[in-house]
This record gives sequence, structure tokens and C-alpha cells, in this order.
Amino acid sequence: MSKKPAQSPALNDDIGEATRLELYRSQVNIREAEQRAYDLFLQNLVKGTSHLSLGQEAVAAGFAVAMKKGDLSFCTYRGHAHTLARGVPVEKVLGELMQRDNGLMRGKGGSMHLTSEEHGVMGSYAIIGAHLPIACGAAWRAQYKKQDDVSVCFFGDGTTNIGAFHEALNFAAVWKLPVIFVCENNLYMEYTPIADVTAVPSPAGDRASAYGLEKIVIDGNDADVVYRAAIKAYDKARAGGGPSLIECLTYRHSGHSRADPAKYRPEGELEKWKERDPIKIYRERLKAFGIGDDVVAKIDADVKRVVDEATEACKASPNPPMDILTTDVYADGGFAWRN
Amino acid sequence: MAELTYRDAVIRGIAQEMARDEDVVFLGEDVAKAGGVFKATVGLYEQFGPLRVRDTPISEQAILGAAMGAAMTGLKPIAEIMFSDFFAVCFDYIANEFPKSRYMTNGQTKCPLVVRTGNGAGSRFGAQHSQSVENWCMMIPGLKVVAPSSPIDVIGLLAASVRDPDPVIFLEHKSLYATKGEVPDGEILDKLGTAKILRPGKDATIVALALMVPRALAAAEKLAKEEGIDCEVIDVRSLVPLDTQTILGSVAKTHRCFSVEENPRLCGWGAEIMSIIADEAFYDLDGPLVRITTPHCPLPAADILEDAILPTVDRIAERIKRTLNS
Repeated sequence: MSKKPAQSPALNDDIGEATRLELYRSQVNIREAEQRAYDLFLQNLVKGTSHLSLGQEAVAAGFAVAMKKGDLSFCTYRGHAHTLARGVPVEKVLGELMQRDNGLMRGKGGSMHLTSEEHGVMGSYAIIGAHLPIACGAAWRAQYKKQDDVSVCFFGDGTTNIGAFHEALNFAAVWKLPVIFVCENNLYMEYTPIADVTAVPSPAGDRASAYGLEKIVIDGNDADVVYRAAIKAYDKARAGGGPSLIECLTYRHSGHSRADPAKYRPEGELEKWKERDPIKIYRERLKAFGIGDDVVAKIDADVKRVVDEATEACKASPNPPMDILTTDVYADGGFAWRN
Repeated sequence: MAELTYRDAVIRGIAQEMARDEDVVFLGEDVAKAGGVFKATVGLYEQFGPLRVRDTPISEQAILGAAMGAAMTGLKPIAEIMFSDFFAVCFDYIANEFPKSRYMTNGQTKCPLVVRTGNGAGSRFGAQHSQSVENWCMMIPGLKVVAPSSPIDVIGLLAASVRDPDPVIFLEHKSLYATKGEVPDGEILDKLGTAKILRPGKDATIVALALMVPRALAAAEKLAKEEGIDCEVIDVRSLVPLDTQTILGSVAKTHRCFSVEENPRLCGWGAEIMSIIADEAFYDLDGPLVRITTPHCPLPAADILEDAILPTVDRIAERIKRTLNS
């Protein structure tokens, strides 16, 4: 660890070196794993659909690193990043994308439903808006049982126009639930610009006042900014101050899903946002705080090695066995509906 | 032993379970301070307090979503959807979220909750507040579906539903709320997936559910008295799990089977039961399997029209008599 306090007094700021390195590692891990997922897709080894968060890593890393053990994440179908950010092994995630037996759910859920309750990842939900009320319920349990975990619910800008978003926001505000709603505004609902289909400029931020909440719109490409916003919201929730709605401005470098080449984007937009790539920003941040290139390079190499190993393990993993075909429909482990 | 209404049985059933287990919580529209629009939850707020009995906004998705999130993380919620017709505005939870999460997550996610709802016709409310939606629920792998017909079954099956580790749709019939029945003192706990033979008979089996149970019983009495036809009446009670053994056992004895269904005809629950009988008890049968249902039609509001569209005692008796005599 090449800590140089003489050159970088800000290392001891509110975030600190150890946390910054964690934020960096998390972002690089997501980037590397998702790029690998894309490569595997091109090799026809990732089946079904997949929705990448390339370019949005700072949101996932910032919120996850700020969490305590026991805090709960509720994700969307674009949930690889949030799942990885909670410490779920890359192999488990890639295995599920490749629909192998070593996958997180042994291929029964697929890319859009990544779940690892032992890591606090309470599911990835593929019906837009469905998980906002569900996160409210988890937060209600914490409130009722006087437990101090927070529920953090991630969703895209497109979600702000579906009914469940509004039901959940009102419900959480009225019941003062310890839930954080995180809107990742990447400018496109799927293929259509969010601005074309939304009555207000900030799809989440401008709705906050309708539920008595503060308008919070932050730079979602700067992990420090995200981390600070997360800490503030978590502290408020744990103190009984109720929910927060945080809109993070960001951009996805790839299309909506693997089927989408994103040709609807105006020329130059992607390049402009790549200038503000969260990992690029964060490498510069680490440099500014005097963290050496060797430290950064080691993290990069470690992450790449883990992703390489995970890839090989997934390729070597068998397909799911037929004996799990009808298991776990009911709590008795089976699918029997009659005697 | 006391005589209790079906409505008061709901209150007693919820209270029994809330008193037994602090993790049982209850939420819905107007359920707490107002005691429910059907007065089926009166007194629970006073008995268990505002943390456990909670009024919600008119947000059916929030109600069911919150129930699921609470169930996933350790509570055992009872959620009320005022009219079962409103399942249509929160069907994502019923069709996609509750029942599939355990399977999709390879067994990680649990969802022990109960959705109580006012189901069925007879209140002259018209096509969007009167439906029998049991067939909407029965078709979804991962759900359990229960519909009691008597006060004692309300308590026992509600208790079993609350204690069940799977999501249970608990259909209370609005037209049964005022009906009465004997209920013993003390805890009552029944078993899901068990049908009940309410009237033994030798000439034909009638399978019925909820409001159709008293009508099937009345039709059986009429047939016995007027025609000398002796019908066995089975209250199915639980569509999922389904007690096919009781039904198949009865058909093996009577060699005839009729279903009496309030749901509209197409894909009604009776069709599934009849297909099981046709498949597994064909050689026991002495005649056609006949379904007596509401027609494939929305429900009218006017009392004389609504009364005419549901299976009536006379229609049930007439159809059985005609079939057996043909």
C-alpha cells in the first residue's frame, strides 16, 4: 500500500483510502465481469438476454460500499453490477448468465433474476417497478422488528413512469420506511429517450416533492459523490427519518440489452459520456489522492485474474441437471399440487 | 361452542393467529380503524395495535409488494385486497412475484403470506365487484388457493394458510359473510388440501366451492325429497393443493360427477377436476361428467339478472335430474 499522507492530506477525508480502494475495486470488478459477459455472448456462451451496466458502475459501487452487512439490495434485470457489488463471486454470476450448474441459481433464474440472499441481494426483478413495493415490505419488517438494516432499491429512469413507482414512494413516505430508492437515469428508458416520454426534466428528482421528499439529483459517474449520498440517506433511514429518492445521472455505454446496438443515440453522445467514464474518473481521483499506479495496477490485475478464473470455471461447469427441473416450486421442495 | 357468522369467523381466525405469533401482521385498505368495508376485521386494530394492523392507501400493488417484502425477510403478513376483482391491478405480484421467486432463485426466496379477499357475486355490485376469480389463481404454479364455505372452515383454513410456508390466496365469499355456523371454543387449525364430504350419497357426486356449497347441499336435499336421487356433496375447500383422492373415491362409489362452479365457464376449476376424473376414473363412470357454471358472460348488477346468471338450487337440481334420467 503506497500511502503518502504528506502529499495527500485528503486521504484522511470523510471517505479515506481504504474505502476509496474498495470503491475502485468494485467498479473495476463490475466492468471486467460485464465486459467478459459481453465477450462470452459474442462466443454464444451467454444465453438468453443480458442487460449490462457498462458505464454505470459508480452507482452500484457507491451504494454497495456504503452499506453495512445485513443491508438489503433489490435490483432490476440490469442487476449484474449490484449483485457483484455486494460481493457475490464473479463465477456465480457468469455461471448464471451462461446457464450452467455453477450459476447463482443453477440456471433456473437467468441473467434477469440474480439473487443471493446470503449477500443481501434480495432479488433482481424483471417486471418494471415490481420491486419498489417489495423493498418497502422489507423495510417495514425492519421497522416493525426494530432492526437497523436499510433496504436499497435500484431501478432505471423508465421505472418512474409506472404505477408501482408512485404507489411505493407514497407508501414508504407515509409509513416512514427505511428504504432508499435509487434511480439510475441513463437517459434512455429502453430505446426511447426518457425526456421524450416524461413530463418533467428529472424523472425521479422532480417527482420527489409529490411525496414530501427532498429532490436529490447527483452525478452518478463519480463514486465518491454516490458514496456520500448513500451514507447520508442510510443514516437518515436508520435514524427513523424515512425514505430517500436519489436520482443518479449516468449513461450506459452499451445498448438496452444484448439485442440492442443503440443506434438511436445522437452522434458524439457516447464519446462525450466516455470522457466521464466512472472508472476513468476514479483512476484520476486515486492519483490525485496520491495512490500509486502500482496499487491500481495490482487491483486491475487481481480482478482480471479472478474474472479469467471464473470464466474458465464456468466453461468447465456442466449444464444444470434434470433433477432440479421441478424443484422449489413450493416450500416442500417440490411442485406437487394434488394428492 | 358458539354460533358465529362467517364474517366474525374471519375476525376470530386472524386474531387467533396474531395472538399466537408476533410475526403475523395485517395490512389493507380500511382494515384497521374502520374494521374493513365488510366489517370482517372489526376490533383487530384495537386488540393488536397500530404497528400490527395497518391501514394502507388505495395502492394494491404497494399492499401486495409490501406483504411480499415483509414475508421474504421474516414476517408472516396477511394482506387484504378488498374485492378480488382488484387482483387485476396487482396481478404482477400474484402471477409473477409471489409464486415464481422461490423457483427462480433455486429455493432461496421464501414467501409465506396470505392474501385475503372478498370474492364472488350476490351483492348487486355489477361486473367489476362480483367476480369469482378462483380460476385466475388456480392456474399459477407456486400459489395455493383456498375458498372456505363455513365459519369453522374460515377459521381453520385461515390458520392453516397463515402457518403455511407458501403464498396462499384466501377467497372469502362476500355472500357468505352473514351466514352462521357452530364453532367450537379454543384454537382451530385445519389442513390445506383436504376436501370435505358434507353429505354422503350413492347416486351422484357433486363437487362445489364456497357459495356453491350451500346451494349444492340444498339441491341434493331437493333431489332426495322430490326425485329419490341420493347425491354426495363434496366441499372442495382447497383448489391448490387439491384433494383429488376424496373426489376420485367418491366417484368410484357414485359413478357420476357434477361440478357446481360460480366462476365463468371457460377454464373454471371444475374443468380441471373433470379432466382428472376422465383421465383416472373413466371406467368408474356411468354417464357424462357435467359442469354447472356461470355462463361465459360478465355479471349483471340488477338483482333479478344476477340471481339468474349464477347456478341456482333449481338449476343444479334440474341439470342433475335430467342427466341421470337421460
